[in-house]
Amino acid sequence: MTLIDLANPTRFLTLTTRLLPWLAAVTATLLLIGLYQSAMAPDDYQQGATVKIMFIHVPNAWLSMFVWGVMSLAALGTLVWRHPLADVAAKAAAPIGAAFTFLALVTGSLWGRPMWGTYWEWDARLTSVLILFLMYLGLIALWRAVEDPSRAARAAAILTLVGAINLPIIKFSVDWWNTLHQPASVMRMGGSSLDRAFLIPLLVMAVAFSLLFVTLHLAAMRNEILRRRVRSLQMMQASQRAA
Amino acid sequence: MSLGPYASFIVTSYALVAAVVLILIVWIAIDYRRQKERLRELDASGVIRRSGRSAADIQ
Repeated sequence: MTLIDLANPTRFLTLTTRLLPWLAAVTATLLLIGLYQSAMAPDDYQQGATVKIMFIHVPNAWLSMFVWGVMSLAALGTLVWRHPLADVAAKAAAPIGAAFTFLALVTGSLWGRPMWGTYWEWDARLTSVLILFLMYLGLIALWRAVEDPSRAARAAAILTLVGAINLPIIKFSVDWWNTLHQPASVMRMGGSSLDRAFLIPLLVMAVAFSLLFVTLHLAAMRNEILRRRVRSLQMMQASQRAA
Repeated sequence: MSLGPYASFIVTSYALVAAVVLILIVWIAIDYRRQKERLRELDASGVIRRSGRSAADIQ
């Protein structure tokens, strides 16, 4: 099966039905390994056991941006190539991205209280991630407000591409401004500053959460394709009754 | 494994992530069942897809 074959929603449904059980099993296994490694990781010499929050906060924070990146590619697919599955992918990803962003904000807040002495600070990193969360909610509201999926898709694609400007702002906010949030410690010039005892569980959790996103996204895309099929059949039924 | 004086922050973080992920999984599973049920109802009412296949045939 080539990539172009996946443009056909029916072929896509066949593929996801086959793939989803395997993906779910690998995701669950990796999550269990990651959770075990996180539990067994040593305490940090400064943060103590609160360093364990990092193993869930960082993957959620990465995914909050990654999902918007996926939606931006899908937006290009909608506007430039008019790929039939592009807006399905974008619509299905938005609630999942919003959930990851919410978790990044709340776990960051719960990590910040014991470490910084405050749940919230209006610094550049925290504020730009909050804006990302609000943009996710705006996008979900837009999808729900416009009844015709193809019209909603174009409006949502434009909003997604405009919102993508926020991604480099989030990434480099800790370098461009003086923030309470720490600078990058994994993806940075000169390699990670984390010790292997923390880096390995973090990377396992990051891969596990990424696979969780892929699994949930494929399942949500399948639902969206079925929802559109229901809509078109209902319209067909209504026009048959009218005739 | 001792979680120290900030155990409540650590446990709350993990519990919240587990709850939100569970809600996502359940929401997607319920949505899937709902769409399949609607397709079955349409199939029972005699509506056929343009391809000529049954409405309830999701593949």
